Amino acid sequence: MNFCPEEVLEHIFEFVTSHKDRNSMSLVCKTWYQVERESRYGVFIGNCYAINPVRLIKRFPRVRSLTLKGKPHFADFNLVPHGWGGFVDPWIKALAKACPGLEELRLKRMVVSDESLDLLSRSFVNFRSLVLVSCEGFSTDGLAAVAANCRNLQELDLQENDVDDRRGHWLSCFPESCTSLVSLNFACLKGEINLSALERLVARNPNLRSLRVNRAVPFEMLQKILIKAPKLTDLGTGSFVHDSDSETYHTLKSAMTNCKSISSLSGFLDVASCCLPAVYPLCANLISLNLSYASGINGNELVKLIGHCKKLQHLWILDCIGDDGLRVVADTCNELEELRVFPSDPFGPGNAAVTEQGLVAICSGCPKLHSLLYFCQQMTNAALITVAKNCPNFIRFRLCILDPVRPDPITMQPLDEGFGAIVQSCKRLKRLSISGRLTDSVFFYIGTYAEQLEMLSVAFAGDSDNAMLYVLNGCKKLRKLEIRDCPFGNMALLKDVGKYETMRSLWMSSCELTLGGCKTLARKMPMLNVEIINENDQVEIIPDNNDRQKVEKMYLYRTLVGPRPDAPDFVWTL
Amino acid sequence: MVAKPREQNLEFEAAERNLSPGMANQAWGLEDSATDFKETELTLGPPGESRDAGGKSGTKRGFCETLDLNLTGSNAKRNDPGAQSQQEACPTAKHPAAKAKLVGWPPVRALRKNAMRSDGCNYVKVAVDGAPYLRKVDLEMYSSYKHLSEALEDMFSCFTIRNYFNAGKLMDPVDGSEYVLAYEDRDGDWMMVGDIPWQIFARSCKRIRLMKSSETVDIEPITPPK
Repeated sequence: MNFCPEEVLEHIFEFVTSHKDRNSMSLVCKTWYQVERESRYGVFIGNCYAINPVRLIKRFPRVRSLTLKGKPHFADFNLVPHGWGGFVDPWIKALAKACPGLEELRLKRMVVSDESLDLLSRSFVNFRSLVLVSCEGFSTDGLAAVAANCRNLQELDLQENDVDDRRGHWLSCFPESCTSLVSLNFACLKGEINLSALERLVARNPNLRSLRVNRAVPFEMLQKILIKAPKLTDLGTGSFVHDSDSETYHTLKSAMTNCKSISSLSGFLDVASCCLPAVYPLCANLISLNLSYASGINGNELVKLIGHCKKLQHLWILDCIGDDGLRVVADTCNELEELRVFPSDPFGPGNAAVTEQGLVAICSGCPKLHSLLYFCQQMTNAALITVAKNCPNFIRFRLCILDPVRPDPITMQPLDEGFGAIVQSCKRLKRLSISGRLTDSVFFYIGTYAEQLEMLSVAFAGDSDNAMLYVLNGCKKLRKLEIRDCPFGNMALLKDVGKYETMRSLWMSSCELTLGGCKTLARKMPMLNVEIINENDQVEIIPDNNDRQKVEKMYLYRTLVGPRPDAPDFVWTL
Repeated sequence: MVAKPREQNLEFEAAERNLSPGMANQAWGLEDSATDFKETELTLGPPGESRDAGGKSGTKRGFCETLDLNLTGSNAKRNDPGAQSQQEACPTAKHPAAKAKLVGWPPVRALRKNAMRSDGCNYVKVAVDGAPYLRKVDLEMYSSYKHLSEALEDMFSCFTIRNYFNAGKLMDPVDGSEYVLAYEDRDGDWMMVGDIPWQIFARSCKRIRLMKSSETVDIEPITPPK
């Protein structure tokens, strides 16, 4: 069957961009494997330790866009100690030598140094897009290098990174010749920036579509930005505090009135409620609204604002909106697809103002809802069953009850039935986080019904090893499983060791695993890295008869390249 | 190809017998009234479990028990002083019924937690034994212990603080006395700087002190070296 020349194959393959499809194509035959690997420009590596730079470059020599993820998800919540890993430096060094055509780099939960950013900025002539999400280890000096040296930079997107802000003039390092910017997001930076430099930057980049500024950019700047960036579709404000009787305020309001293109609004890192009406003119066109950092707005003001947003599809909000506020959202935002409700008191079970009633209201009014993250005071089985009935389209369903073992407050039952309803009804569910009082039953339901589930997050749930086994046996598409504070031990871990090769990773902390169990797993499965994170010298690896000691944190993942050479002292790969 | 354990198959088959499509639909057809809940309650479940049993089964870990397990439970190793810093975040040993703070709970990103908390400033006093006056640093300005130590070095230039976290000791080159970097946390306890993740430290630190080693009797014991 050699009637199809490789050039034709390559041309056809160009239309296939999904990683999963490309991976499948490469398995068809040797010819397809070769053609595919030489024509793959966008490479996605979900775990940077599953492979190494040398092998990446060997297989995909023409890579132009690389996505890398480093630390496990629970690192977001301080469960992974500083220094664990996820260093991007070796990747940039290798790519600098072998792939000068690199154009895009997207990193999530990785450690990035100023030196790497500097090397990046000088090594890739066509570099155009840098996206850093939840990264750390760099400062504004690194950003200055990127700004100064990347001649064709289109996108610099910094999302929720921990950046050492040296209060330098990194923004001023964009040369006058930089006119290619399409997207600039520096909302997570804490320091001052040069405002006139920002103004000039915006003015000379006519293609700017997305601009998210930080807290240091005051209210007065917004009007100047809007005038100079007529193509803006995504705006993130900085500080939104001003005297609402002033001329500045009214000027901004009229600028907003003339602004038909903005469909996405975020920021409000400092905000005074009296200024909010300035953005009302934008509301009718808004598709996406992120007020989750706007702690200065009370529930009523939020409701007034959202009442204007009939086209909203994505809403991130604080729980001070309350159940009543969510009822207004349900009435107004019938196109809603994604909702995230964050706690305004994130340091513990406080006075969270939303309950199951808010969620039920939303699901009644928003049938297109498919992604949910909901921090609440309480949840009932009845509510979850209603939600499951009204919204069978959930792809992501993450519920966090602030008291992690709270049962249904009306019936005092565990929430097994409620979550069971969700997994049975939502046949496309890919991601699930459960909380509240939960027994083995909920895991049985998940294993039985959640056929498309790829990621499961569990905390303080289950009664026995059977729970974990139900999930490992039943969820055929499971890729990531993260568990904390559950009574699962060696029996569950070791029952089906082959399963872990079909998954990206497993995290278990504060469970019942012992060192002996983890060692057994590592011995049986050489294709896995079984890492013990040993803070505070809790576990001694010598003498050998201490296999019964409990392991506080275990992280295992499949890999093609064996134990990683950069593991710190407190991480043991068994 | 993932092998299914034989025992688990039996449980699935048994469950399949319990559930019929009609039953499932009945459960999902639940109307608003919570009182109908019990009658239409899904009866699918692992065989052998009584539906009448209350929410708690005997082996279920309660919230407080969980915290105790973390602190003092079956693993004797957890009682060593090195675990003190973890205990600091879980003080249930004193008040099981109180709303204790768990590490990493609720699962909100550190950056978001910090953004909610402060208006951007977190000034704490820094005292050095023997110095005539105190200084103040804004912990919001720093993202790591290393950067804080650099700033402290600039402020109190007579000490080599930079290598603190490697060497574990400071010496005053003038009179040879040793210093320890300590901080007072929200509970009023004096702790050694460096044990806990930076973000948690920045949130819980109320003041910082460079203490002479001879005065460190009341400080929490240091993790014994490996």
